[in-house]
Amino acid sequence: MAFHVPEEFYYTKDHEWAQIDENIVTVGITEFAQDQLGEVVYVDLPEEGQKVTQNQPFGVVESVKAVSDLYAPVSGTVIEVNSSLVDDPSSLNDDPNNTGWLVRIEMDSEKELAQLMRAPEYKKLTAEK
Amino acid sequence: MNQTIQNPLKTPLYNEHVKLNARIVEFAGWQMPIQYTNLKDEHNSTRNHVGLFDVSHMGEIRVKGAKAVETLQWLTTNDVAKLESGQAQYGLLPNDVGGLVDDLFIYCLEKNQDYLVCVNASNKDKDFAWMTKHNRGSDMTDESNHWGQIAIQGPKAFELCDKIFDTIKISKMNRNEIQVGKFMGHTIMIATTGYTGELGCEVFIESAGTEKLWQALLADPIKAVPVGLGARDILRTEMKYSLYGHEIDDTTNPYEAVLGWAIKPMAKDFMSKTQIVAAKENGLKRKLIGFKMLDRGIPRQGYEIKTSAGVKIGTVTSGTHSITLDEPIGIAYVDFAFSTEGSEIYVDIRGKLIKASVCKTPFVIK
Repeated sequence: MAFHVPEEFYYTKDHEWAQIDENIVTVGITEFAQDQLGEVVYVDLPEEGQKVTQNQPFGVVESVKAVSDLYAPVSGTVIEVNSSLVDDPSSLNDDPNNTGWLVRIEMDSEKELAQLMRAPEYKKLTAEK
Repeated sequence: MNQTIQNPLKTPLYNEHVKLNARIVEFAGWQMPIQYTNLKDEHNSTRNHVGLFDVSHMGEIRVKGAKAVETLQWLTTNDVAKLESGQAQYGLLPNDVGGLVDDLFIYCLEKNQDYLVCVNASNKDKDFAWMTKHNRGSDMTDESNHWGQIAIQGPKAFELCDKIFDTIKISKMNRNEIQVGKFMGHTIMIATTGYTGELGCEVFIESAGTEKLWQALLADPIKAVPVGLGARDILRTEMKYSLYGHEIDDTTNPYEAVLGWAIKPMAKDFMSKTQIVAAKENGLKRKLIGFKMLDRGIPRQGYEIKTSAGVKIGTVTSGTHSITLDEPIGIAYVDFAFSTEGSEIYVDIRGKLIKASVCKTPFVIK
């Protein structure tokens, strides 16, 4: 199955994407992740102002069957939360790369980006699954 | 367990699941389809149309001979002597300390002579060893490798079956019955039982014929839908049916699990009867209840149930997002004082206490 993996994003091994705009990082889950999860029925997101740490859980998505932690791609401060997902998480399945974004993080250090994957590497990871 | 991990078993329908692009997982040592398309469609097809389930992994133990009834009466909790030929009954297999080895269905093929006991795949070897050890003179064999099994469940199940099976008119059968017949030369046993709450049946068929039956069911213009273990678990949770390893295990008193209807202490003696009945007479400490969430959150197995003050009063045994109701539902053991309908309880979800309320079950009324 071919998933859309935007070239400009960074990726975690836990299937989050990160879009970088200066020091602001928008975070979401990948199309591969939403396909694995199935229909998402519940999202637990942090509050604005909360600190998050790279590779540490910052929230939870639940599909009918499974609970999955969300892992922060970078360390920093949450400056915006996609609160529309709380009442209706369907865009996480329908449009995970765009309107299904989860949080925006003001990142502490660009250096952490070196630990993330770019699209070709991430494609290889999901192809192995 | 090592053996099953290294060499997972395949049902006679394994190749069919692969053909259908199912997501395969290991379950109880078997490679089973957890999902074919998506949970919602598979679930809704069962509730509104007809679903097909490969349940060939289930164990079948045959108990025959003049001592068959005496043996089953001693081993299980329900009154096997009441079963007439062609009738089926849910029962429990207690251990010798008042807990449960398994739950099971007993099918009477010939009264006083021939019984088929259907047990959980995960417990089959343990059950057979236990039953053999405590056998009271019956002729007992593990026939699990001999039988494939397909469950056909949903409002269109009987219509489909009456087209497929020419020797047995299933629409003429009552619930919890069994009839023996043939399908394309293979011996079948059709039982009007199931694990979804829907109208339907479970068909035991000789392994060699299982694939042909599955293909015939799928090819019919009624368009039955294959359903995986994922949707099956939601369907049974919506009915509050117990699943071994969740609601019941080797420490469960069956009265606490609200399975008293399958225990007949007045009718007969059986393994652990004294302990099982004494626990009830001394007053049950906990009870298996259903609950719904009043605030946002989905309960999952293992989450703790607490009071508003944070005192632990129970544990979630099963929890999911009900597809029929489109809301979270849960099953839990709670202290008896909190078991009445409407009791306010809190589920500890990742450290937060989320309000819930004990409700009527089954969650979905059929």
